Amino acid sequence: MSAVSSSPVIERGTMTSRIAAIAVAVIIALLAIAPQFLSAGAVDRMTALFIYVILAAMWNALAGFGGLVSVGQQVFFGLGAYFTIRLADAGLNPFASLFVSAIVVGIVSWPLSFFMLRLRNGEFAIGMWVIAALTHLLVNLDRLVQGETGTSLISLNVYDAGTRRATIYWLALASMTALLAVLFGLLRGSTGAAIRAIRDNEDAAASVGVRVTGTKRLLFVLAAFGIGVAGALWLATSITFQPKTYFNVQWTAYMIFMVLVGGIGTFEGAILGALVFFLIETWFGGTGVWYLVGLGATAVLFSLFLPRGLWGTIEERFGLRFLPVGYRVRLPENAPSDDGTAPSPV
Amino acid sequence: MSNQIIQGILLGGYYALIACGLSFMFSVMRIINLAHGSLAVFAAFALWWLASRYHIPPFVGLLIVLPLMAAIGWALQRFLLERSARGGTLLPILTTFGLAIVIDNMLFEQFGADTRSLAPYIGSLSYASWEWPGSIYVGKLAVIMFATAVILLGGLQLFLTRTRLGRSIRATSEDPDTAGLVGVDARRANAVAASIAMVTVGLAGAFLGMRATFDPYAGAPQLLFAFEAAVIGGAGSLWGTLVGGIVLALAQTLGAQVHPQGFLIGGHAVFLVVLFVRLSTSGLGLRGLLRLPSRSAS
Repeated sequence: MSAVSSSPVIERGTMTSRIAAIAVAVIIALLAIAPQFLSAGAVDRMTALFIYVILAAMWNALAGFGGLVSVGQQVFFGLGAYFTIRLADAGLNPFASLFVSAIVVGIVSWPLSFFMLRLRNGEFAIGMWVIAALTHLLVNLDRLVQGETGTSLISLNVYDAGTRRATIYWLALASMTALLAVLFGLLRGSTGAAIRAIRDNEDAAASVGVRVTGTKRLLFVLAAFGIGVAGALWLATSITFQPKTYFNVQWTAYMIFMVLVGGIGTFEGAILGALVFFLIETWFGGTGVWYLVGLGATAVLFSLFLPRGLWGTIEERFGLRFLPVGYRVRLPENAPSDDGTAPSPV
Repeated sequence: MSNQIIQGILLGGYYALIACGLSFMFSVMRIINLAHGSLAVFAAFALWWLASRYHIPPFVGLLIVLPLMAAIGWALQRFLLERSARGGTLLPILTTFGLAIVIDNMLFEQFGADTRSLAPYIGSLSYASWEWPGSIYVGKLAVIMFATAVILLGGLQLFLTRTRLGRSIRATSEDPDTAGLVGVDARRANAVAASIAMVTVGLAGAFLGMRATFDPYAGAPQLLFAFEAAVIGGAGSLWGTLVGGIVLALAQTLGAQVHPQGFLIGGHAVFLVVLFVRLSTSGLGLRGLLRLPSRSAS
């Protein structure tokens, strides 16, 4: 151990990250028992927060790690809700429908990716928007949906309000945790190295043998599935399905806001961004139009002056990594560092 | 049926108008401006405001609005696009998307949710028509719109090939660094290009307001139309945009014949079909989708 102290240390887990991992476990455990103590309204708000975290993390996976900026992710949000309606109408248990629906969304996104991933940058961004607009129109044609009038997830009404609220809360918490865990695992594994290589320089990554398209496809399908889960959960909380609400580009605007503010391309940033968005919505959501103007303006300002977002900036300045997905080379300083149990400040 | 085809072709003129600014900006600065549609709607609202408040007819109002749009284009490039383009190819998408949200909601805040139209302020032009042989009636406004598109596209083409400024813009779009070496001010060229693009957006907004209704959130569909027309017509010169606009409009007309809600579906569908065919035949990446008018013009 002491032999490495004079040469650069390559580290992943640090004391901070180990404490953070324990903290995450504690937070999740606390959240799991929270419905016992929270009011009905608070439980609903927390459910919304979990859905926001899913949306931010999934958009970040696509844009921040895959380099694919899409302004049409609402298509998967809407489809997640729509397939849930369809499956529940066919007699499937509504709670089961939520997840089967998301799987269907993931399956649909697979062939779509062959087509869309050949578009570049802005073309991909608006191309996805066209897909979303077209899908919206096609869903409107479905008799069950009744055009813009919409329909409801009626079969959820067999459960009493309390059970329903708590179940959806736990499902949202579990989905969020699972999706974040999958993403985290993906980013830490060998795929993660490929993903970061693509993020940094696509052509260079391809030249050293990274399977660029395959990796991007994986992120595309994962994001579609995750956002599908989010759409289905949103439907479960609000019951009514109006295509206009679900296929609204506003959802993508929220995702972009959360990720830009939190820190694009950082795992923790998306979560932080969702929290910030949640608080802003709670405080200013009532101001209507000005709230939306503020969101747009903030997104512009962040992309101009703080493109790394809050977390990216914090990370850069303080060398903090709570949930490290990469490796770092730490150069030896005057104080000899040991095996990392007592890291010296960088 | 031939009547509908002619109407479709004329509508294509509008799509070409709104698309040419988008494809021009992309070809020069490699930026797809997601606030494109919202800026067109902004211009329409500006004309509407001048007309309803100060009784300035829209065609006169253009004398105020078009210079304003040029100024906006210049500011947009200097303060927003230039800065965000330095951060990579993804940031401008995010910046202009944020800008679109700001514009849409500011318009909503200012003018409310009502749909507006410039039609009441242009007298008989909104409904007057000429009779063509074969008892085909074509709206005068539609013909003016189409003619404007042709003149604008031709003018842009001439400007890019024949003038010093146009050549410097083309040089910048090819390679800003080398252009700088031979004395082209790339920043100025880009700012001029953005101003020109915004003037075309202002014109498109004016025709949007005259031929139809608009509301604060009408920007997004206009952006999609512009993008679709630009991509469909992408093969070659600025005239490709006109072809793209016409194809898009004809597909929409056809879609409307098939199903009452088929107008928009037809347009989106033809866009995807063209994209699919081009992807499967080229086998390459899609860098050539929105092709550079300047390159083919040279």
